[in-house]
Amino acid sequence: MSLLPFCQWLAETRGSIALHESLFMYPLVESVHVLTLCLFVGMSVLLDLRLLGVTLTRVRVSEVTDRLLPWMIAGFTVMLVTGLLLFYAIPIRSYQNIFFRLKLITLVFAGLNAWYFHEGIHKRVTEWDSDVRTPPRARMAGILSLVFWTVIVVSGRMIAYNWFDCDMQPQPRIVNTLAGCVPGQTR
Amino acid sequence: MLSVFQAIEFSAIGQLIKNSSWAFAVIESIHLLALATIGGAVLVVDLRLLGFGLKRQTIADVARDAQPVLVWSLAVMLTTGFALFVSEAIKCYYSTPFWVKMTSLALAILFTFTVKRRVTLTGSATDRPMVLRLVALVSLALWFGVGAGGRWIGFSG
Repeated sequence: MSLLPFCQWLAETRGSIALHESLFMYPLVESVHVLTLCLFVGMSVLLDLRLLGVTLTRVRVSEVTDRLLPWMIAGFTVMLVTGLLLFYAIPIRSYQNIFFRLKLITLVFAGLNAWYFHEGIHKRVTEWDSDVRTPPRARMAGILSLVFWTVIVVSGRMIAYNWFDCDMQPQPRIVNTLAGCVPGQTR
Repeated sequence: MLSVFQAIEFSAIGQLIKNSSWAFAVIESIHLLALATIGGAVLVVDLRLLGFGLKRQTIADVARDAQPVLVWSLAVMLTTGFALFVSEAIKCYYSTPFWVKMTSLALAILFTFTVKRRVTLTGSATDRPMVLRLVALVSLALWFGVGAGGRWIGFSG
């Protein structure tokens, strides 16, 4: 199933065109998206480093999650809304962008990792709350989170570069397949 | 001054990064990752000063734990930032956001390692909430200037 028709419809809407062509709104939304990294990914990194026993070692893990999670959720909400707006402004090009696809897939993995952590080892956090060296599964969650968010941030930045752009043909067949390039329907 | 910036851009390292199709993008990505990390290290202390976040810990405890994260990510920021700069020094010379960023950066570093460090790490300097809040707000404003200025370099020119 291709979402291309949906993206094509979206690109024709007035809001999408307005945002795409606006002189200030698009850069503004993008700036908010990027700077909110500090809040969301920044706090997330601190939690991951706590799970790995690198920082905040004298603070109980449940304390870190309880106190920082509201800020992370707030940050993620801003990331999500601004991210959706950025996609809304440039739907077709984003959809056929290999880095955008990598970013979305990795986002799913990051979400699963967070869910597995909270429903799993974190449910028994009272047993290891003050440990500097947390259980292997908690440490694994921390490492995976760092890896996934690194991929997400890097691929997010790479969306703006066009090495694998569908308009830049010829590309290797594998690139065209992964990016879902449809000749003549790239914008 | 311009001639200095020209010399920097035409240096071997400047040309190497400028002429590579991927170097700038890769360095920029690392710069962004460090941005997220330095953001966390700054925010967790500033939020604590404002009475949010890790409230059960003392300000000194939070600041002491955040310090290595701040220093390391700042080191990565400065290194990658300098590499980005040398590849487009002439553009930077004419860019207002660049100068806004550099001014904010100098002030942010100065403030962080003098006033804020004294207020947070020693713990004895002051415990008046108004002063703590003011320190947090100044810190947030300065670091915001660095981040926003940085993003805006890419939009101009």
